[in-house]
Amino acid sequence: MLDLDINDTFASAPKQDRPLVIACGAIAKELIAVLDASAARDRVEIQCLPAIWHNRPELIPGGVKEKIEIARADNPQRSIFVAYADCGSGGMLDAELAKHDNVQRLPGAHCYAFFAGIDTFDAMMEAELGTFFVTDYLARHFKKLIWDGMGLTAHPELKDMIFGHYTKVTYLAQLDPAPYMEQAQEAADLICDGHLEVVQTGYGLMESIGEFARS
Amino acid sequence: MSEEDDLDLSTLNNDELVEQMHDDLYDGLKEEIEEAVHILLDRGWEPYQVLTEALVSGMTIVGRDFRDGILYVPEVLMAANAMKAGMSILKPLLAETGAPRMGAMVIGTVKGDIHDIGKNLVSMMMEGAGFEVVDLGINNPVENYLEALEEHKPDILGMSALLTTTMPYMKVVIETLKEQGLRDDYIVLVGGAPLNEDFAMAIGADAYCRDAAVAVDTAKDLINRKHNQIGGMTA
Repeated sequence: MLDLDINDTFASAPKQDRPLVIACGAIAKELIAVLDASAARDRVEIQCLPAIWHNRPELIPGGVKEKIEIARADNPQRSIFVAYADCGSGGMLDAELAKHDNVQRLPGAHCYAFFAGIDTFDAMMEAELGTFFVTDYLARHFKKLIWDGMGLTAHPELKDMIFGHYTKVTYLAQLDPAPYMEQAQEAADLICDGHLEVVQTGYGLMESIGEFARS
Repeated sequence: MSEEDDLDLSTLNNDELVEQMHDDLYDGLKEEIEEAVHILLDRGWEPYQVLTEALVSGMTIVGRDFRDGILYVPEVLMAANAMKAGMSILKPLLAETGAPRMGAMVIGTVKGDIHDIGKNLVSMMMEGAGFEVVDLGINNPVENYLEALEEHKPDILGMSALLTTTMPYMKVVIETLKEQGLRDDYIVLVGGAPLNEDFAMAIGADAYCRDAAVAVDTAKDLINRKHNQIGGMTA
C-alpha cells in the first residue's frame, strides 16, 4: 500500500498513452485503494505531490501546472484528473485548471468535504463551528504535519492563536478507525482537551476517480 | 551561548539599533523589541518615528518575505506578536501625541465562522503597517459590523471567511451597507481560503486579498487612490 511521508512525491511508471491522475500525497493510499477497487490501477499513470503542501496551499497550483504541462507535452489530448479539492488555494487551482482542456478535479473546498460528502460536511460545520477535521492521513501524521508544521513544537505559545477557537476534533475515518485512534485522540488532546468524534466516511467522492480511470 | 544572546542593545547607536530591531522582529523576539522600543523612547525619539522607522519598516520586510513564500504562518505570527508588544508600548503615546496614521480598519470573521489565523495576521500586519485596526474577532453577524463602522468610522472594512458555507455572508453585509446607503463610505476588502477575485467582485467588494501581505499592499493602494480622488475633487 502506498503511504507517503509528508514531503514525499511519487510517480508510477510513465504511461503517456493513458489518463493521468495528479494527486495530493495525503490521499495517495486512498487513491490506490479506489483504483484497485475498480480494477483500474494499471489504466492510469499516477503522480503525487507532497502532502506538506496542505500547509502551503499556494504551492499547489504551480505544482499541478507543471505536471499537466509535462504530461501534455507529448500527448496534448491526454485526459487528466486532479485529485485535489480547492485545498485552500483560494480559487487559484481552479484558475490554473481553467487554462487546460479536459482536466477535472475533485469537488469541494477540502479533502474533508469530498470524503464526507459536500452536504454532510457543510452540515457538520454548521452543527459545531469549532470543529477541526482529520482524515486517516492527517491522524497518522498529525504531529509532524500539523503540530510541527504550524511551528507549535518550537513555539507552543502560538497554540491559542492557531487553535484557540476549536472545541472538537472530528476524525473522518476512511477505513476502520481503530489503527489511528491513538493519534486522533492525541490530536484532540492537544487541540481541544480531548474532545474527539469519529465518523467513518469511506472514500466518498473520491470513488469518481475509479470511474475516470475506467472511462 | 551565542554572541547575539550577549548583545546589549543599549550600546548600539540608533541606526544599528533599528537594524537590530528589524532582525529581532523577523525572528519574533518580543522581549528584545520591547527593550529596544524603550531605549529609543528614552533617547528622545517620537513614538511615531519608532513606529515607522523601526516597527513598520521591520514588518514590511516580514510581509515581503511572507508574500514571497520565504516566511510561513508561524514565523509571521511570532513576528507579529513581537511587533504587537512594541505597539502596546507606543499606542498610548501615539494617542497622546496625535501622530499621523495610514488609515483605520474594522475587521472580523463573518457569522458562522471561527477561523481567524488569516484574519489575525491581516490585523497585525495592518497595525504593523501603521493602520489603526479594530478587530471584531470571530462569528460576526451584520449588526456587529454596522455598529463598529458607526462607532469607529474606519476607511476600510475587512471580512474573512474560511468556509464555503460562510463566505456568502459577506454579500449579506455588503448588501446591508448598500441598503443603508453606506457602501461607498468604506473600502471593503475580503479574504479567506475559499474566496477568489471573481467572488469578491461578484459580491461587490473592492478587492480580494490572497494573504495578509497582499491585504496591506491593497489597503495602502486603495487608500492612496481614495485620497487622490478626494484631492482631485477639491483641487
